[in-house]
Amino acid sequence: MLKLKNIHTYYGNIHALKGIDLEVSEGEVISLIGANGAGKSTTLMTTCGVVPAKQGRIIFKGQDITRKSPDAIVKMGICQVPEGRRIFPYLTVAENLDMGAFLRNDKEGIKNDFDYVYNLFPILADRKNQAGGTLSGGEQQMLAISRALMSRPKVLLLDEPSLGLAPIIVKQIFSIIKKINQEQKTTIFIVEQNANLALKAAHRGYVMENGTITITDTGENLLANDDVRKAYLGM
Amino acid sequence: MRLFNIILGVAVTGILGFFGIKEVLADPAYFFALLLGGLTRGSIYALIALGYTMVYGIIELINFAHGEIYMIGAMTALIVSTVLGLWGWNSAVIVILAFVFAIFYSCAYGFTVEKIAYKPLRTAPRLSALISAIGMSLFLQNYVMLAQTPGFLPFESLIPDFEFWEPFADIITSVEMTIIATTVIVMILLGILIKFTRIGKAMRATAQDQIMASLVGINVNRVISTTFVVGSATAAIGGVLIACHVGQINFYIGFLAGLKAFIAAVLGGIGSIPGAVLGSLVLGISESLFTGYFWSEYEDVFAFVILVIILIFRPSGILGRNETSKV
Repeated sequence: MLKLKNIHTYYGNIHALKGIDLEVSEGEVISLIGANGAGKSTTLMTTCGVVPAKQGRIIFKGQDITRKSPDAIVKMGICQVPEGRRIFPYLTVAENLDMGAFLRNDKEGIKNDFDYVYNLFPILADRKNQAGGTLSGGEQQMLAISRALMSRPKVLLLDEPSLGLAPIIVKQIFSIIKKINQEQKTTIFIVEQNANLALKAAHRGYVMENGTITITDTGENLLANDDVRKAYLGM
Repeated sequence: MRLFNIILGVAVTGILGFFGIKEVLADPAYFFALLLGGLTRGSIYALIALGYTMVYGIIELINFAHGEIYMIGAMTALIVSTVLGLWGWNSAVIVILAFVFAIFYSCAYGFTVEKIAYKPLRTAPRLSALISAIGMSLFLQNYVMLAQTPGFLPFESLIPDFEFWEPFADIITSVEMTIIATTVIVMILLGILIKFTRIGKAMRATAQDQIMASLVGINVNRVISTTFVVGSATAAIGGVLIACHVGQINFYIGFLAGLKAFIAAVLGGIGSIPGAVLGSLVLGISESLFTGYFWSEYEDVFAFVILVIILIFRPSGILGRNETSKV
């Protein structure tokens, strides 16, 4: 469904992605793990068109989206929950969710999706008229995921959903991610430093080092892989 | 230091207040005339300051060419009304067409300036865009000077003395009344645009986080263009109104008006729309009172003194947000 072929991305002179090949099939949960600065977030930003690739091609549902603008890519059904959540701090929770549905016009459907995400995260319904910036980290992560769901994405990209959150909240968020994958049939692509959690949740995983993909296998096999265990699971 | 500031503030306000009350009681009619004059002046500043503050809110650029957009609005209205006047058209039609053309031309210039001078510098250091803005300002001034004339051009007021306004004409002229009323209407329309429409929501989101805005599917370039166009439109309305009020214009009027509106925007808190309106009214009224009660020669100095004082004591302005972000 989503294919990255030999992607090279630069930040100025820094060669951040050095020929990434990656594939996500419909309905899958994929994890991309790796150390700080390996290029995980850049992979997502390049997919979304925010930091365009210098070389290589990104194919989504048979169409080349490498040179498309971020808003056109969202329109096609790829939505990202970026690192650090990036809630609009001075918009209310409801307005933030409304922004997620920016490209949609079906009032009925949007209303249903409001109910759906409020059901998923009841705390957001309680805080609906509160400014986004006043929420706690965990609530902001819930809001960020809900905002992305409001665009009815076909592929949901999640960047470090566990970052800075209490273990119990992280667990809750991962179980909801699984639920979204099963109920909505949304394809999910997670970037994580918390390798253990991410690989357990995923059908398949990729390991990234210094801007290249070094290992790819099923989630279970990666969890059992000696190199991965040593480098990322601390065993 | 803090205590010293408070004591100083109270002392200055007290002395001014004491003299103020004495003066006001001596001649209340004069005071109200000054107050209304200040309100008129502040309304014009507000119409221009909105453009500064909206553009700053979205791309953190002080658009120094904004004053020129206002001047182009006034110039266009002058040309349209002169030509149509020579053709002997109905004056009501002339007023409407003058406004329409002024808004149209100013918007076109605002749009083009952004595309030519700022868009290519979007990712460049901020200073580059600022210098580009000053360059655009000089270019537009000189272009209008060469295309029109360096001298002052008389501008026959497009706004007639309304008959129904005659009983109040001693306190406030119908031109001033029209300026204040138009500004109020523009502000209300703008408030509705920002608060409730789709593009307004997109503007607020883009101002808060540009990358995130693009990730929810907002076309950021279009939002930025729209911001320039809306700011230019309000500046054009201000330009036509002030030209009616003052009665003459030249290529240079945008410079000082632009600077003062900029001061008003900083005073209110740059980036904040209610702040720009409030800052403009405060600046307009205090300028008017200052020139009326103290030295009228120091009118412009006064505005800049205010700028220096805000920058020292409250750089974020009256309604400005302190830039603290939660990580």
